[in-house]
Amino acid sequence: MKTLKIEELSKNFGSTEVLKKINLEIDEGNFLVLLGPSGCGKSTLLNIIAGLETINEGDVFIDDYNVSKVEPKDRNIAMVFQSYALYPSMNVKENMIFGLKQAKTSKEKIQEQLEKVSKFLQVDQLLERKPSQLSGGQRQRVAIGRALVREPRIFLFDEPLSNLDAKLRVEMRREIKKLHQQLKTTVVYVTHDQTEAMSLGTNIAIMNHGVIQQNDTPEKIYNKPSNTFVADFIGSPSMNLIKGILKENSGDLLFTVGGSNLEIPIRDYDFKDKLNLNNKEVFFGIRPEHIFFKKFNESDFEINLRADLSEYIGHEQIMTFDYANQEVLAKFPSTIKIDLGKETKLYFDLTQASLFDAQTEERI
Amino acid sequence: MQGNLKSSSYQQLEQKSKYTNMFLRWFLYFILIVFASYFIFPLYVMVVTSLKTMEEIRQGTLLSWPNGLNLESWAVAWGGRGYGAGDTFLRPYFWNSIKMVVPAVFFSTFIGAMTGYVLTKWRFKGDQWVFLFLLFGCFIPFQAILLPMARTLGVLGISNSVIGLVLVHTVYGIPFTTLFFRNYYISVPTELVKAARIDGAGFFKIFFKILLPISAPIIVVTVIWQFTQIWNDFLFGSTFSFGEAAPIQVALNNMVLSSTSVKEYNVDMASAIIAGIPTLIVYVLAGKYFIRGLTSGAVKG
Repeated sequence: MKTLKIEELSKNFGSTEVLKKINLEIDEGNFLVLLGPSGCGKSTLLNIIAGLETINEGDVFIDDYNVSKVEPKDRNIAMVFQSYALYPSMNVKENMIFGLKQAKTSKEKIQEQLEKVSKFLQVDQLLERKPSQLSGGQRQRVAIGRALVREPRIFLFDEPLSNLDAKLRVEMRREIKKLHQQLKTTVVYVTHDQTEAMSLGTNIAIMNHGVIQQNDTPEKIYNKPSNTFVADFIGSPSMNLIKGILKENSGDLLFTVGGSNLEIPIRDYDFKDKLNLNNKEVFFGIRPEHIFFKKFNESDFEINLRADLSEYIGHEQIMTFDYANQEVLAKFPSTIKIDLGKETKLYFDLTQASLFDAQTEERI
Repeated sequence: MQGNLKSSSYQQLEQKSKYTNMFLRWFLYFILIVFASYFIFPLYVMVVTSLKTMEEIRQGTLLSWPNGLNLESWAVAWGGRGYGAGDTFLRPYFWNSIKMVVPAVFFSTFIGAMTGYVLTKWRFKGDQWVFLFLLFGCFIPFQAILLPMARTLGVLGISNSVIGLVLVHTVYGIPFTTLFFRNYYISVPTELVKAARIDGAGFFKIFFKILLPISAPIIVVTVIWQFTQIWNDFLFGSTFSFGEAAPIQVALNNMVLSSTSVKEYNVDMASAIIAGIPTLIVYVLAGKYFIRGLTSGAVKG
């Protein structure tokens, strides 16, 4: 049984297609992050799961029951909003129990839930306060509390941290992670922040233009991006994508760039399809953190590149190198001194490299 | 390279700007006093005239101070002289106006709040057109709806009654009140409504429990606006009612213009002030909320 299942879901606002044939599944207790740039449809998808938006095509199942036509309140979900959406005229206590009251829960049960949740979230001292008298972090906690008291099957979070300042955001991120570890509930979490997605999710679904680009564990998303969009979206700075051609030379496969003698051997790469690789136009993808200034692994590939630019950012520096007139970025500790304008010996960790078809931009 | 000014030249500059500032300040006060007197002057004339006897009015000037606190003209304006036919006084019409203005303000404000809520939080296909047509209602001149409205009131059988006037003012007020509430609610985050829907609240519950409790500033603005409009209205009152059912502005007009005997300026002035007092009270009581409501922007959760 899947806690949440979405089948062939499409949604359009007038002539704009927002979601195109989305398929998604979440197991009990998993933390799914919907990640993507603004306008990719991730919030719409969340609203559809909540029942706040109608569906044009497809179905939403919760515990194998088709809820496509079920009212939001009857879907056994709770939602935390970006603006917290605390009712301004009610105090914290009234905010938290509003949903239970609507559901005609017994007074004893309401009191019990309220005490349990407010202690758990450390808002039991704030129960009589109005939302306007709370700090950003406290409001966030109350908003989560309002969701918790209902003991829902699925928690929906709509960019809950983006209204907080940087420091508080990191704290609250950890709290949400702890919360999930303790309660083990199913969560769908929308964000555009890749750090949030990576640190929180057991699964990440990366979306762009209303299509899920890749739905995988954070490790797979990071190490084996399924197309150039994912490769480019995840990581900071993002993955280097060098355009070139694959050449077969007496049984060995080489990555070459036209007009230069730089060659990278492709060995032990896990191709999806080993046919027709010769003369294929590809992107060679390698992350800045997988380029080293000295040999760490036996398999590291040595190459000489000219250093063009150095960006010092404290704990590390980002160096830009020239690879046959294409820019390649690398991340080094800031203690390493590299002369600009000179050829430097670098080591590529080829076990971490990715190859993408230059036409389809899909991983090969 | 201008950092080398001697301290004496700083002093000169300081002196100079001091005189300039002083002059500008006095000039500002002068202008303000002139304009303030310009506006307070008619009121002054009204008040002093209403306190004079007819003898004093004939002999003194417009600005002269009354000889004593003579409240007789106020009593006449409010309660009449006590003889039968032809004696027009304000008391019954004042109550007519109250009976008209209270329900009309209440209904137009309430309906406006409701429409504003629907137009911002329960968007539907074509809602922008509905809003556009409502806005259009703000620009229709009073005169244009007189005939159709008269016919409507006739068909409904409520012409020449306070109820009829309540209906007219409610209908005519809805475009304005909708505009006010719509502009206010548009700054209220829609996420509040979404959260309430997930919590299980329905259309009316969300309105009464979530939105109405945070609408105090705009309610005050709307009430003041509607009260002033309806209380001061003369055209609808004189067109759709006469005789006993007339509101105070119509009665005031009848009193002042159609008196056959000598013109009693003191009584006229007292009547005019009585007719204006309720709006004044509303402004004084709710004025600071009025400004606050007009300027208040987003509602922070």
